[in-house]
Amino acid sequence: MSIRLIDVHKAFGPKQVLKGFSLEIREGQTLSIIGGSGVGKSVALKHVIRLLEPDQGEIWVDGRNVATLSREELYELRREVGYVFQFAALFDSMTVHDNVGMGLKRIPGWTRGRISERVEECLHLVDLDGYGERFPAELSGGQRKRAGLARAIATAPKYLLYDEPTTGLDPVTSAVINELIMRMRRELEVTGVVITHDMESAFRISDRIAMLHDGRIRFEGTPDQLRETQDPVVRGFIEGRPDLLEVAP
Amino acid sequence: MRVSLLRPVEAVGGAVLSSVATVGRAGYLAVGAVRALRKGSIWGPHLLAQMAKIGVDSVPIAIFIALFTGVVLALQASYTFTGAVPLYFVGTLVGKTMVLELGPVLTGLALSGRVGANIAAEIGTMRVTEQVDALETLAYDPNAYLVVPRVLAGALMFPIVVLLADAVGVLAGWLTSMYLLDMSSQTFLKGLRLFFQPWDVWFSVIKSVSFGLTVTSVGCFFGFSTSGGAEGVGKSTTRSVVVSSMIILVLDAFWAATLLK
Repeated sequence: MSIRLIDVHKAFGPKQVLKGFSLEIREGQTLSIIGGSGVGKSVALKHVIRLLEPDQGEIWVDGRNVATLSREELYELRREVGYVFQFAALFDSMTVHDNVGMGLKRIPGWTRGRISERVEECLHLVDLDGYGERFPAELSGGQRKRAGLARAIATAPKYLLYDEPTTGLDPVTSAVINELIMRMRRELEVTGVVITHDMESAFRISDRIAMLHDGRIRFEGTPDQLRETQDPVVRGFIEGRPDLLEVAP
Repeated sequence: MRVSLLRPVEAVGGAVLSSVATVGRAGYLAVGAVRALRKGSIWGPHLLAQMAKIGVDSVPIAIFIALFTGVVLALQASYTFTGAVPLYFVGTLVGKTMVLELGPVLTGLALSGRVGANIAAEIGTMRVTEQVDALETLAYDPNAYLVVPRVLAGALMFPIVVLLADAVGVLAGWLTSMYLLDMSSQTFLKGLRLFFQPWDVWFSVIKSVSFGLTVTSVGCFFGFSTSGGAEGVGKSTTRSVVVSSMIILVLDAFWAATLLK
């Protein structure tokens, strides 16, 4: 059971973003994808649940070729893969409770009472007890991200995809979100893919780290292997040294 | 030299390609919306709320426009007819013009601003803040959730709002004739009845259904096509109003040419 992206190419107009991106995410692991801003990390992640379709290449989730799924099969897959958006993407016109319960309403046989119970459970998991009746505009940035996480875990997914979960947060709130990501893995046993350029966060939460550079995976390994790598592009990125990036082949 | 000669050709080619792509995307959205009609469990719960938002909330602006249009029509008819045409033709002109033309068209143009801009801005904001993607991840078809209830509400509510505007415009012309033109009520009504045909009302309804479909679907299309943050939302909103206003005027001529022969 795994997520596999094989030789994925994606261009937007003349701009070639992914140029043969290949990566495997194994069950039970948390893998972080690091890389500079605008290199295509989020683009790669969106391919996993077909929010974007590749120009070339294949994406497999638990043995299913994502490109060939029918609409209903795709929705079934999306219930198994929770997506936490960079800015939470909560629906402004709904309360936090309704936001978290949105995905559950699409599951046949779920009554209003059962949905409510599950929503409260998810809000408790992300430490947002009592916030159900608030609207997204009444939440802080960190609370919004946690509400987005609660919405993503509501359908009890096997996989969680996090798009820059700590971007724009203060160090304390970032630590809280990191702890939540680790808790999701520990308590819910979900496989996680985290897009980030926050190195502290990546080292803390990841079993494996992959670096995306120039449309391809430049490095993949454990956090310890990343610390020891001599690849100037990778070192330049993790140490924040543009001089190393400039001399790299 | 060769480059400068090719530039206009490239520009024309680029414009043609862009237009074909836009038509293609519009067709794709239309097909998606028609398919989404089957998913009543998604759009059904939102239909009444959209009917209230698109129809009921538009009544004040429609009445305001119709009221002053009726007044001006009566005054201008009287001014034009003085001495040459019997004054009861004021009633004929107010009735025919309001129901056949100004009621549907002016209301349609006003609602392309109120309703179309609102839809484009709302969906455009949802697009740039990834709320449309979020719908997808939660197994909702955005066409069923966002497009179908709005387009259906537009098709159902525009005729009601337009018929109300027609009635208010005629009433305003009637009161203007009585109180500002010293015309008797009987005289105005005589002219109003003279050439009245029930078909005129159906014509108004057909036009307004087509305007409702146009304004809402164009708003949805530009909303979904939004990219690039707040500036993109502004551009989509403006384009939605401009394009739907143009289509309304083209449809107006089309219906006159096809149904009023």
